[in-house]
Amino acid sequence: MWQALRNELHPQGLEVVTVGMDTAGPEACRHFIEAASPEHPSLIDANHIVAAKFGIINIPNSIWIDEDGMIVRPAEAAPAPPSIEVERTNPFGGMTEFPDRATAIMSEAVHIEASPAEYEAALRDWVGNGADSVYALSPDEVIARSQPRDDNTSKGQAHFAMATHLEQLGDHAAAIGHFRMAHQLVPDNFAYRRQAWSLEPGGDADSPFARFWQGPDEGNEEAWPYDSEWVADVQAMGAANYYPKFTP
Amino acid sequence: MITNSLTVDRSAFETATGWQLKPEGACKGEVCIPLTEAPEGETVNVESLSTQLGLALVHDADKGLWAIGPETLGGRALATAVAPELTLPDLDGNEFSLSSLRGKKVLMVAWSPY
Repeated sequence: MWQALRNELHPQGLEVVTVGMDTAGPEACRHFIEAASPEHPSLIDANHIVAAKFGIINIPNSIWIDEDGMIVRPAEAAPAPPSIEVERTNPFGGMTEFPDRATAIMSEAVHIEASPAEYEAALRDWVGNGADSVYALSPDEVIARSQPRDDNTSKGQAHFAMATHLEQLGDHAAAIGHFRMAHQLVPDNFAYRRQAWSLEPGGDADSPFARFWQGPDEGNEEAWPYDSEWVADVQAMGAANYYPKFTP
Repeated sequence: MITNSLTVDRSAFETATGWQLKPEGACKGEVCIPLTEAPEGETVNVESLSTQLGLALVHDADKGLWAIGPETLGGRALATAVAPELTLPDLDGNEFSLSSLRGKKVLMVAWSPY
C-alpha cells in the first residue's frame, strides 16, 4: 500500500519498512505481501516485537527514524495513501455474499476517521526538509509522546509474549488465559485484542472473512473466550476515536 | 522474552530487552542505570535485573515458563529516542536489521493481516 509513495520518495533518501504482526506467522501475511509486491523490506513479526520495542497499541501504526537512527516521530496511526494496490490486496475480492457480522463491522468501520492526505503531506515535508521539518520532533518530545507505560503495561506485555509463545507451540487453550490477562492489564491496547480475536475464526472457517470476524458467532456466544469483541468495543469508544487525530 | 530459567544467556537478555549490560550499568541509548552488581560472565539473573530495571516478570507455573516485560523507567514506552535495534525475517526467512538503513530516512509501518 506504500509502494507507490515509497518509489517516488526513495530517490530523496526515504525507505519504507513494513512489519506484519501476526502470531499465526508468515503464511498468514503472505497473500497481502505478495499482492502488494513491495520493493522495500517487508518483515514478519510473529511475536509483536516491534510493538513492544516501539510502543504500538493499534494497527496500522508508523514510526519515523532519521538518518542517524534517532526516532523523530513515535508510534502513531498511519493511514496509507489511497492507491490501486488496496484493490489488489482486498482479501474479500472473491466474496459475493457477506455475513451479517461483516455488515455490522462495516457499519462501524465507515465512521473510523483518518487523515491520509494530512499524513502524506507531513511525510513529504520531512523527506524534503529533514530536521527542519515541523513534523520532526525533538528527542524529549518523542519520548513524551510515546505511549505511557506503568507496571500493568509491562506485565500485560509479558502476558502477551507468553500467549504468543504458547499459541505457536500449539497450546491454544493456555494461550487464551494469557491473552485475557494482557487485555485486562492494558485495556487501551487494541492490537492485543485484535490479535487474540483473530485466532478465533468466526462464521465459515474457510471464508476469507473468518479472521476478520473478531467476535462471537451468533447463537454460540458462550463459546467466545473473551470479554471483548470488535463491534461492541468500537461502539463503546466511538468509531471516530478509533485512531487518535494526527498531531503535527 | 520467554525463558524456562531465571538464569539466562547474557547476550539473549541484551537482544530481547535492548538493555546492554556494561561495567557502568544497564544502558539503552544515552540512558544508563547503575546496577547493584557489575554484570560478569555469560549468564545473568533475570529476577535481580527485572527488579532493578522495572521489568515485569510473569510466571506460568504449569508450563514452567517466565515472560519478561519491558522496562517501566520514565513511565513511557520509549526510555530514549535512539531507535532500538530490530531484526526480523521476511517472507522467505531472510533476516533484516533496521540498523542497516542508517543514512536513510525510514518510515516503518506495523500492520496486521486481520
